[in-house]
Amino acid sequence: MTELINGRTVLTTPFSDADIRALHAGDVIFINGDVITGRDDVHIRVTGEGMDLPVEIRGKALMHAGPIVTGSAGSGYEMISIGPTTSMRMERFEYDFIKKTGVRLIIGKGCMGARTAEACSEFGAVHCVLPAGNAVVAALCAEKITGVEWLDLGMPEALWNIRVKELGPLIVSIDTNGKNLFDEKKKDYAVRKEDQLQKISKQMGSILE
Amino acid sequence: MTTEEKKEKLTDIMASFIGHTAIHLPDDVVSKLEALRAAEDDPAALSIYDMMFKNMRLAADLGRPSCQDTGLVQFRIECGSRFPLIHQLSEILHDAVMKATAETPLRPNAVEIFDEYNTGSNTGTGAPALFWDIIPDSDSCGIYTYLAGGGCSLPGQAMVLMPGDGYEGAARIVLDRITSYGLNACPPLLVGVGIAGSIETAALHSKLALLRPVGSHNPNEKAAAMERLLEDSINAIGIGPQGLGGSSSVLGVNIEYSVRHTATIGVAVSFGCWTHRRGHIVFDSNLDCTTDTHHGFTCGR
Repeated sequence: MTELINGRTVLTTPFSDADIRALHAGDVIFINGDVITGRDDVHIRVTGEGMDLPVEIRGKALMHAGPIVTGSAGSGYEMISIGPTTSMRMERFEYDFIKKTGVRLIIGKGCMGARTAEACSEFGAVHCVLPAGNAVVAALCAEKITGVEWLDLGMPEALWNIRVKELGPLIVSIDTNGKNLFDEKKKDYAVRKEDQLQKISKQMGSILE
Repeated sequence: MTTEEKKEKLTDIMASFIGHTAIHLPDDVVSKLEALRAAEDDPAALSIYDMMFKNMRLAADLGRPSCQDTGLVQFRIECGSRFPLIHQLSEILHDAVMKATAETPLRPNAVEIFDEYNTGSNTGTGAPALFWDIIPDSDSCGIYTYLAGGGCSLPGQAMVLMPGDGYEGAARIVLDRITSYGLNACPPLLVGVGIAGSIETAALHSKLALLRPVGSHNPNEKAAAMERLLEDSINAIGIGPQGLGGSSSVLGVNIEYSVRHTATIGVAVSFGCWTHRRGHIVFDSNLDCTTDTHHGFTCGR
């Protein structure tokens, strides 16, 4: 479901195909509902070792994140700090992960690559950037930790199931047309980098004189 | 105080200081972020800066780590040869990391090689990392703390160039890295460049460069000129906060070096994310301490 709340575009889980396909690279959104954390080890288990996710993620959000959590299963867990980790580490797994799990929305940090963009286009998913290093802002969007799976992987790598309220801003970086916001940025940076390296090359000579 | 009491006191102060640095950014980093925000005119970049300052405020108010990745804990130790606890310092810092992990809390990040399990305490084989320097005839001890996050450790690179590659070769490594992996490492980044004769000396200098204050310059005028040149050049690329574009790219560029071999130029680059959690604390022989990085930290609580 997609709503406009106080000027914010808010998507609520379960996301429909139409909710996700209406998003375009560069859009800024917020989400309500169920988010599941999963990073390197979870992707390795699901795509490399052929294990099934112990929790349904279809129509929900995956967050590349390893939170700081206190408490225990008995006393209840509290979210202290949470923020996105480098999504590019999951690039080699993400096509297969999206295909296998049906996840619709992935939250992370920085760019992902061509294979993820292919999966987003083929299976109707998006990748979004949550500005990172803002772990207390994000933790306060977590209303409740509803469960945890695969805690044997350690606190950062486990599958934390979280219910969130207006988590964001999420900047759509790859949309269902496979458009990748970072591709354009990277092209610009590459051109400017070569210009700057020429300038550096000239000026280093005079510095060393 | 007995030696045991002194050990306990130093462990408590260090655990509390490490926790403080996970919650509060150092004063120089906050000032630089304020300056970058003031100079920014891209609306999207400005809204990201606003979120960063909101996060800093909430982290301080709630006493929570500002970033969930509290890193691997590293120490640069400049210990006087007559500092009373020089022999116990390794054990003290190990215990302080365990204590800070439990009490702050820090996220457990240390994974044992080959056995592939998270130790849960941020300690383990060679952890915390200790980079020692012994100061002859001094009885005080300066300790730099650094929480090395995964995101900004990932772009680190070191290689040994040939003299014909020149200092331009070093510049290319830095710019190549920051415009690729650096985009994902939470810019605006602090860039630490090490130049020396081999790979490990260059790498260590690149980390020591990250421990220098933001805005400081190498005392060697030529090194300082190269710092300014690299800083201006990277800013001109306009990477912005989170790599999404903006009018600047970095918190600064710091260069540290030692001699090179006549046949080599070892170059390394280490990056610090915008939430650059570096601290510096100095103890005298009575274990009274001062810090020049965190105005809000009271020693000996």
